Amino acid sequence: MLSQVAVTVNGAPVVVPSGATVAVAIVIAGQACRMSVSGEPRGPLCGMGICFECRVAVDGNPHVRSCQMLCEQGMEISTEK
Amino acid sequence: MAAAARAAECGVRVGIVDDNFRLGGQIWRGESGDQQNTDASKWAERVRASGATVLCGLRVVHQPEAGVLLAENSDGFCELKYKKLVLATGARERFLPFPGWTLPNVMGAGGLQAMVKGGLPIRGKRVIVAGTGPLLLAVAAYLRKHGAEIPVICEQASWGSLGRFGMALFSWPEKIVQGLQLKRDLAGVPLAANSWPLVAHGQQALERVTISRAGRLEDIPCDYLAFGFHLVPNVELPLLLGCAVANGCVQVDDFQRTTASSVYCAGEPTSVGGVELALIEGQIAGLAAAGRTTEAEAWFAKRQKARRFAQLLDRTFRLRSELRSLPSSETTVCRCEDVHYSRLQQHTSWRSAKLHTRCGMGPCQGRVCGPATQFLFKWNPDSVRPPVFPARVETLAAITGQLELQHSEVTGGH
Repeated sequence: MLSQVAVTVNGAPVVVPSGATVAVAIVIAGQACRMSVSGEPRGPLCGMGICFECRVAVDGNPHVRSCQMLCEQGMEISTEK
Repeated sequence: MAAAARAAECGVRVGIVDDNFRLGGQIWRGESGDQQNTDASKWAERVRASGATVLCGLRVVHQPEAGVLLAENSDGFCELKYKKLVLATGARERFLPFPGWTLPNVMGAGGLQAMVKGGLPIRGKRVIVAGTGPLLLAVAAYLRKHGAEIPVICEQASWGSLGRFGMALFSWPEKIVQGLQLKRDLAGVPLAANSWPLVAHGQQALERVTISRAGRLEDIPCDYLAFGFHLVPNVELPLLLGCAVANGCVQVDDFQRTTASSVYCAGEPTSVGGVELALIEGQIAGLAAAGRTTEAEAWFAKRQKARRFAQLLDRTFRLRSELRSLPSSETTVCRCEDVHYSRLQQHTSWRSAKLHTRCGMGPCQGRVCGPATQFLFKWNPDSVRPPVFPARVETLAAITGQLELQHSEVTGGH
């Protein structure tokens, strides 16, 4: 098993420890997960799949709760605009 | 896990359905390899040995008919049939809105801990921990152990409450041991009672927090704010299944049976009492569901004692009324729909606010702003409707298919 996993966040490469969640990759990349309906940047809040603030697109699948998904090698993560 | 292991050990067929990608709930989070937590490893091993089927990454969204649950994972949906069901939906943090709480890097206390357990590097970061409840200390100790600097822990409860809590702990020697361990882990970290966050400042993300520290204002630069005002039971699924809920808790009898037929409930949804109570209730529910009522009865006395601890937590960490004035008129209360405090002030009920402002109608379905408005405005939440979590259209189509079927059966009867 790899000790690190390489993914991209909005096209930029990010390396995370193996077993890291997608939400962690986004925070490490210094990105907000989504923009709120009035245009404010938002990041993870509850960390346990309740609040939906961390939803992003993963490999083209929209509205994925990034705190509830593990990073996989080569994963393409896009934050929601 | 306790319910599943106990029931499976009795020889009945058991499946565990868990929304998370690993077993162990929000606290253990599948840390079975962690030698530090012997309880977590013990129960993980016991579940493995019991032969219970583990279905992770699967969340229940609806009960189309009695004895059938509709669940969704990342690939699709499925139906799960049961004769007996034990609900162990846990609890979530209560978040109270204050200016700046929507900034990135302002997270739940348990939320930040979950992120660190999920791989977030925290070494050398400055983290303010604030809110109320014993979770704050556990989180602060965990973060510190992983290299975070904790400038202060703000606890809204008074020293008087905390002192009475400390004295009452003498009834629970194991809690005293945990408390002393926390005290060692947090040596040198200031714990401020009568204190809470006032404003989180930052442009694109958090930069500093203004706290009210025993009446004095203090500005502290930091990388993260980890906050939470104790816990709220997750009762949405129990409500959907028709379980009676009073004062936010699922009502159960001695054998953890809810008012819904063949449905049991264990752990935080029945009262927020921590892992010891949850393990006892889980074992009682598992044994009772497997028909071993006499063995279940053997746990009643221990449960009684653990429940008194839940009551003690409620008393100690009751929210003070000053926290109702934390939000300013422009503070977002509903984060999904960006509904400001001033818009909600015009309403007298949760339903009215929902209908006119869309408060509570976003993806979290009021799981964050519901408990907040309950405290701020004393509003009571409405009934729960399927799907209990946002679901994909194909899953919804399966629900709609069921509804159409029921409808045609009804009309066919006329």
